[in-house]
Amino acid sequence: MAEVMNEKEINRALTRISHEILERNKGCKNLVLIGIRTRGVYLAERIRSKIKQIEGEDIPVGIIDVTLYRDDLHKEIPQHTVRKTEIPFSLKDKRVILVDDVLYTGRSIRAALNALIDFGRPSSIQLAVLIDRGHRELPIRADYVGKNLPTSRRESVKVMLKDKDGDEKVIIEEQIQE
Amino acid sequence: MKRKHLLGIQGLDKKEILFILDTAESFREISKREIKKVPTLRGKTLINFFYEPSTRTRTSFEIAGKRLSADVINLSASGSSLVKGETLKDMAKNLEAMNPDILVIRHPCPGTPLFLANIMDCSIINAGDGACEHPTQALLDLFTIREKRGRLEGLKVAIIGDISHSRVARSNFHAMLKLGMKVSIAAPSTMIPPYLERFGVKVFNFMEEAIKDADVIMMLRIQLERQTNNLFPSIREYSRFFCLNPERLKMAKEDVLIMHPGPLNRGVEIDPEVADGPYSIILNQVSNGVAVRMAILYLLSGRSDDDAID
Repeated sequence: MAEVMNEKEINRALTRISHEILERNKGCKNLVLIGIRTRGVYLAERIRSKIKQIEGEDIPVGIIDVTLYRDDLHKEIPQHTVRKTEIPFSLKDKRVILVDDVLYTGRSIRAALNALIDFGRPSSIQLAVLIDRGHRELPIRADYVGKNLPTSRRESVKVMLKDKDGDEKVIIEEQIQE
Repeated sequence: MKRKHLLGIQGLDKKEILFILDTAESFREISKREIKKVPTLRGKTLINFFYEPSTRTRTSFEIAGKRLSADVINLSASGSSLVKGETLKDMAKNLEAMNPDILVIRHPCPGTPLFLANIMDCSIINAGDGACEHPTQALLDLFTIREKRGRLEGLKVAIIGDISHSRVARSNFHAMLKLGMKVSIAAPSTMIPPYLERFGVKVFNFMEEAIKDADVIMMLRIQLERQTNNLFPSIREYSRFFCLNPERLKMAKEDVLIMHPGPLNRGVEIDPEVADGPYSIILNQVSNGVAVRMAILYLLSGRSDDDAID
């Protein structure tokens, strides 16, 4: 097990991503953040508060659960637990920043894109992730990346956040093969 | 969930019941979206086979299936070849030959869902079998009570009406007792099955005793179609003693919840003023029915084939 990011590094990465979002979108007009359950939601909240510090404006944060849009129902054992999607605002003509912790195969992002489009027609969707570990299986890329992390498929990357896991770090570990 | 079928509440444990209710919470929001559809069960086939009349349950299952993108086929007894004398088993085998994934069955004969589960490969959901069970109704009742009260354990429920003929009551007894709720019933003695006290249900002959201090009053429909051997002298007399009217409502708790599985016999078991009044959550039951059935369809679809049946 190796630690690849510590608390300070995570914080710096999120600060940079927040600045990049504001720079690319020229401020926070029409901007909304949508966090993918579970850790994307915590990261989206942090980006929201950083943007508030920088620009003094509060932007809305929604939560999306992609379970119902996954392509691996019937294969996955145990079945994923469905949790609530909470997007209490319209996405029509909004610039949506989708937030997730780790970008890997791209399949959950594909599911999230389909889900988002069921909520209306945003003017654009951009993707922010804390870790991009490669091995894409779909033509998907992130617009904002905290850290590019070359990995092998045998490894697993775990993001731990204080408000969720009690500890704040990113670790990489070898999966135990049977 | 590890189950393939939902045949009744009797076979579920407390944890499973609560898991279904929790999952249903997540599905409620879908019915409030502008696009009320998710692709989860795309490519799955759901057959709704109703051998008895039904508006709510059949529509609710159909909507639940469609909002999950399943292909839904509705069959009723009168439109099927059962009227030509085909046996239930032959019909089941023929339906199975078309590879459905889920069969929702309502049938007047208790045990039909289990019979089908034993001879068919698809998932079977009991949507009412005679006077035996109606599990999805009990689950949506619990979901609605929990939505309004925030908890289930310790709540007192009074169920009033024809208990012997009621599959809704039977499924609710199982569910409520498993979840630590207190159940009282009241009905004319001809409508109370024997040995009910052994279940842990309190039995009264006067409605007033049962509804005193109740958090929830669940009125059952007098099933006129099942009344063959004169269980009460007249509808008028029944309603004099067992109709939930505004006077009787005053004896209940101040914030009591009034439920009814529908369809209502207005003026027989429930006064219109009460049915449409501020304590009634009858239509909430119907709305929640869709979310609960979506959750069940989803949970039964995720199982692997070698799991044990109910």
